[in-house]
Order: sequence, then structure tokens, then C-alpha cells
Amino acid sequence: MTSKTSPRARAARLGAMALLALAAAPAIAQAQAANAVTIKNFMFMPMALTVKTGATVTWKNLDGEPHTVVNDAGLFRSSALDQNDTYRFKFDKPGVYKIFCGIHPNMKETITVQ
Amino acid sequence: MSSQTPSDPARRGALKCLAFGGAGTLFMLAGGVLAPVDLALAASRKDAAAMAGLPLFLQVSDTHIGFNKDANPDVAGTLKQTINLVNAMPVRPALTIHTGDITHLSKAQEFDTAQQLLSGLHAGELHTVPGEHDVTDGTGTEYFNRFGAASANKGYYSFDHQGVHFIALVNVMNFKPNGLGGLGDDQLAWLQADLRGRSSSTPIVVFAHMPMWTIYQPWGWGTGDADQAMSHLRRFGSVTVLNGHIHQIVQKVEGNITFHTARSTAYPQPTAGNGPGPMPLKVPSDQLPRMLGVTNVNFVRHPAAAHLTDSTLA
Repeated sequence: MTSKTSPRARAARLGAMALLALAAAPAIAQAQAANAVTIKNFMFMPMALTVKTGATVTWKNLDGEPHTVVNDAGLFRSSALDQNDTYRFKFDKPGVYKIFCGIHPNMKETITVQ
Repeated sequence: MSSQTPSDPARRGALKCLAFGGAGTLFMLAGGVLAPVDLALAASRKDAAAMAGLPLFLQVSDTHIGFNKDANPDVAGTLKQTINLVNAMPVRPALTIHTGDITHLSKAQEFDTAQQLLSGLHAGELHTVPGEHDVTDGTGTEYFNRFGAASANKGYYSFDHQGVHFIALVNVMNFKPNGLGGLGDDQLAWLQADLRGRSSSTPIVVFAHMPMWTIYQPWGWGTGDADQAMSHLRRFGSVTVLNGHIHQIVQKVEGNITFHTARSTAYPQPTAGNGPGPMPLKVPSDQLPRMLGVTNVNFVRHPAAAHLTDSTLA
């Protein structure tokens, strides 16, 4: 259900594979981008995102400072995401999910699943 | 980098030398008042005047083992430099406190490396508090596996040394919604009980990771319920509150309470509000040792002033 990029070498390899996939199947890549959250400059972007039930959202941290992705109701919590690390969560149930960074709790976003 | 200069309570006239800076800070007990002494000064000066007090303890902070980005690709190396500096001091501190962010990502191997490096420090027993980087899993499993014994896994604890009462507080596991650190009701009740019945003449040292006063709320540089802790501490004649977290020196004196945040041994951070957030600050590599080291000794009192102004590690 959840996954996080782990060791650096593997991440690089996965990254290369992702690039290949991107080139081979742009339509799929675009669909994934729609459910993507970028973490940059101590902000989740977008801060509000609406996705369909069953969608997997991917967060990617671009900051040199680590961040975490934490649901305030305790449904999920990423480990610390270093720069360029990603975290994924699949939303199986409709609802409004409030999210913050466990290291910098003033960083917030809302995911609406419908 | 600017630091505030505390006001001037008369009782601190007892201090022979008070300066902040360095990769670590050595605290001396002089006339019942704690006097932080710049590490490079302590390491370099052989004359007795600079070491007139009783060497008490060393503060190291924000070692961030595991960080490997541009701001400092070798945080283990700069920690080793710090340790070498301390070990070269003519007088050995009796104990060391680490004010958190021992690791960068709370990983087991980061803690292992940090412990291995810190074991090379010849500065007495190591006492720690966690930073938010040490407990990113929410429960602090790796931190408490290694450092939980001192506090029965609560994180906060106290001990006495040379007549000084030391209090370790945890303000990174109970964040306030606005991003400020928090102590929580259980810890505040424990603190009140810990201080009850103690003589007001007991020197107190409080250490925690995040600043115990609000330096800059938008970046969470403060502790939301610190005032409640301070209400239990105000009756004491000498209270020194030590933090890390912001990777730069900021000080304040309020009544008998002196607040001081330490530099990091890993990388500097911007001054409050300067940029989008408190992220690692990349400086030219020749400047880095001075940001981690002993530049900007900006609070000097009494005769030793001239010796401190240009002390650097670089």
C-alpha cells in the first residue's frame, strides 16, 4: 500500500527506469503527474488536491531539508524523505485527508478523495 | 550572522569571561554562575585566567549525521574536527550534552555512526535530548533504543552534577499546530514536581532541542508552552537554558534566565525569515568552518574581550 524510495543506488536505478517509462508511455506519465505533489521551499504543492477513489498520490521532496508526509488522523506516515525521495499512498476511501510535515508541522495540505 | 546581545543583570558582573561561539561551548561554573567560554579560546589559551572557573560541561548540537548535501558533504568530518578541538583542550569537561538532531533522518546507521564518533569525545558522560530529525518516525524508536535508558523512555529527565541541577526536556514530539515545539502537560507536570522543594539558589541548566522562547514563529523557532515551564523556573537565581535547532547563535537574558542557542557542527541555516524556510545554508567552502566554528563571538564581557573577537576554527 505504501512505499518509499530506499537506498540511493536503487533510487538512481529506479529513476533511470522511470525515465525510460516516461519516454515510452507519455500518457501514463501524465496521468501519474496529475496525482503528484511536489514538496519545495517548505510547502506542499498543490496545497489542495482532489483525486479519485483508488488513486495513488506520489509526493516528491525537492528541498535539501528532509520532510515527512503525515496524515493527521494517523492513516499514514512516511519516513523522512531526503532530497528527491518519494512517497506513495493509495487512497481507497473517499474523504478529506489533512496532511502535514512531521518535521515542520506548519507545512500543510488537504487531499480530497471522491 | 547577527546575534542579540543580552541585557546586563548586575549579578553577572561575577563573570570573568562570557562569550558564545564555537563548534561547541564549554561551560564553566564561576562564582555560582555558569559562564560559557568559547571553545577555541579554551583550547588555545594556556593561562589560568581564561580557565578560572570549574570546567563543567560541553554542549554539542545538531550534528546531523547522514546529511550529505552541498551545504556540507562531510558532516562526520566536521564533527571529528569538533571532537579533536575538544580533546585538545587543556582541561577536560566533566560531561557533555548534545542538544539534538544527532542524526539527519533518524536512520539506525546514522545513529550508529554518531555514537561511534561521539565515543571518541573525551569529555565525560554524554547526555542527550532528541531533535525532530531524530524522531521522524513519530515514536523515536531508534533514538530511544540508544538513549532511552536515562529517562525510562520518556525522553525528559534530570540529574545533578557539581551542585548544578540539569534538566533535559523534549519539545520535538508534541508539536503545536502552528509548528512551534511543545512540551505537553505530562512533561510540564513532571518538571513542576522535579523542581518542587529545590532551593532557589541551586544553579539550573535546562536543555532541549528547539528554542525555549519564540525566536521566529513562522519557522516554528520556539516552544508553544515554554512559558509554563519558565513559570516554574523563575524563582531560581541562575537558570541557563540551552538549545540547538536553528544552527546559529541567538541569546537572550530575561531576569535570571539566560537563553542560548548553539551552532551546529554540520551546516549553517539562514537567519530568521531570510528565505523560504530554515533549510541548509550553502556558503563558500572556505567560509563553512567559520559558520560551524568560532566566528562572530559577539558577546564579550570584561577583560577577555580582545582574545575572542577573531577566534576561528578555519
